[in-house]
Amino acid sequence: VALRGLAQRAPQRGKHRLFWACLAAPGILWLTLLFIVPFYVVLAIAAGQLNQLFGTPIAEYNPLHWTTGNLSAAWRDIAGPSAYLGPIFVRTILYTAIASALCLLIGYPAAYFVARFAGPRRKVLMLVLLIAPFWISYMMRMLAWVDLLQTNGYVNSALQFLHLANHPVNWLSGQPVTVVLGLAYGYIPYLILVLYAGLDRIDPALIEAGRDLGLGKARTFMRVTLPLSRQPIMTGLLITVLPMLGDYFTNQLMSGATNTSMIGNVIDQQLSTPLFQGEGAVFSIFLLLILMVPMIYYVVATNRTSREAV
Amino acid sequence: VNASTATAAPSSQADRTVRRASGFRRRNPWRHPWFLEGFTWLYLIWSLVPIGLAVLFSFNNGKSQAVWQGFSWRWYFSDPVNSVLHDPVLHESVVQTLRLSVYTTVIAVPLGVAFALGINRWRGVTASSFNFVMILSFVIPELIFGVAMFFTFTALFSFVHLGTLAETLGLVTWNVSWPAIIVQARLVTLGRQYEEAAADLGATGWQTMRRVMLPLLAPAIFASAVLVFSSVIDDFVLVDLLNSNAANTPMSVLIYSTQRGGNGGPALNALGTIMLAMSFVVALVGYLGYRWMTRGERMDNRQALAAITGADS
Repeated sequence: VALRGLAQRAPQRGKHRLFWACLAAPGILWLTLLFIVPFYVVLAIAAGQLNQLFGTPIAEYNPLHWTTGNLSAAWRDIAGPSAYLGPIFVRTILYTAIASALCLLIGYPAAYFVARFAGPRRKVLMLVLLIAPFWISYMMRMLAWVDLLQTNGYVNSALQFLHLANHPVNWLSGQPVTVVLGLAYGYIPYLILVLYAGLDRIDPALIEAGRDLGLGKARTFMRVTLPLSRQPIMTGLLITVLPMLGDYFTNQLMSGATNTSMIGNVIDQQLSTPLFQGEGAVFSIFLLLILMVPMIYYVVATNRTSREAV
Repeated sequence: VNASTATAAPSSQADRTVRRASGFRRRNPWRHPWFLEGFTWLYLIWSLVPIGLAVLFSFNNGKSQAVWQGFSWRWYFSDPVNSVLHDPVLHESVVQTLRLSVYTTVIAVPLGVAFALGINRWRGVTASSFNFVMILSFVIPELIFGVAMFFTFTALFSFVHLGTLAETLGLVTWNVSWPAIIVQARLVTLGRQYEEAAADLGATGWQTMRRVMLPLLAPAIFASAVLVFSSVIDDFVLVDLLNSNAANTPMSVLIYSTQRGGNGGPALNALGTIMLAMSFVVALVGYLGYRWMTRGERMDNRQALAAITGADS
């Protein structure tokens, strides 16, 4: 009887596998056609040629016919005699680094307070307020600062009222400080949510043990809390750095000038001119390759924490 | 959760003993961190007050986005030409945002739920590699994905012209990971015992799915629908790259391109306020709906908040 049961079950399991596979099939097909194939198209455009007549890019899907025209054009702009991208790369890294550091410096204390010290009722209120920007459109949040930073806006009135400035500052055209603060303002809610989730998971008993065993406040923080929050800090920073490196809109709204351009602005501009679309494809592959490492790190790290949580 | 209240009583007593024994005043090591609290409130003010002011300026009785000139509804409906209600471009952008949100949610949620169920139970290399692809689509910077979509719809699938269809296809791909990830997380917590019980009682795969799994997964599916809907309302990069004319430009792109073109005005603040109101309605419906659907489960406010923010998966 047992044997017959086994014999019956085997084909049924095969049937179940087919059932699950059929369920996953539409999603798999969709991701193949509209996620995997598109990246091959970018590659094909990057390695393709230009239609001389219309000045539009032609995709070349056969790897045997790939050309390096766009690649060398990109290289000319990076390292050739008329290269203009060097400062843009440096600026991209600099702005992203400063803005992310600001996010962390502001976000960590706030997340730490809400996770560890806020009483139950206040915690819910503060969480709602921390989450609120997550539900407010990014454009609305940028627009808010565009309003405040106008020449006759409230920021300038306040500065003049406090005698910190004699005449209104033109914040919205080519001020690096505005762009960096805009980036920090834009992405900090994501960092705070990740930090909060991580810090909330730290067992308070560990911190109390540190204090009970004679460590001072600062040393408990350095020896216990900070090492335990390394993982959330890393994933939180990634969640701000990845989109900042591909950001062009914050920069456009906060400055719009070429002296604050970042790599995202270059790609965005090249995309809007058919003649340069091939080069834009090269740069977006370039950016993808650089970001592949942190992206995979992020996937592995979050997978590990979610498995530990279960 | 209650670390501060739980430790308050014994520690103050210990503190008193220490003070008496050592003979000098010591600061209570567990006292409330007022400085940190003040800092947190300052952060919240910095984060939210500008938005409040932007909402206020949408009611400005003047053309300025920076100087208050009195209250009016003119940018919403009173002005016969330039209000959101009467200007066809502004009006159409509201409709387009809603249209894209509905289309994307209706396609992405069933697709993602089926994908999650299939991938989670059908073990093998194909399943795990496509799961990896799905997670990659969750973390990839939107600009890089947007460029790929742009070239796909202009070079390979050029029969899909830039416009509503291209925007919807792009947004579905970009958002399908919400239901896929959330439902998988729920499947892991549920375990397999319900399915196995159903199978032992003679249910077929399809019956198990419909009668057992879907009801159990309903809160997760609902939460992911809320997240997809609201993230389409707020989406910018993809629709910025995939729109073709005023008829298929949603609110976020219109705000950006108009403000950047130097034609900003309180009407844009009105659009932003409408977006904000839409998101908050969705969030509220999501929160209440989620609480209602999980009313039998032990859960506090924070868990429900986390669920509809996507923070618990």
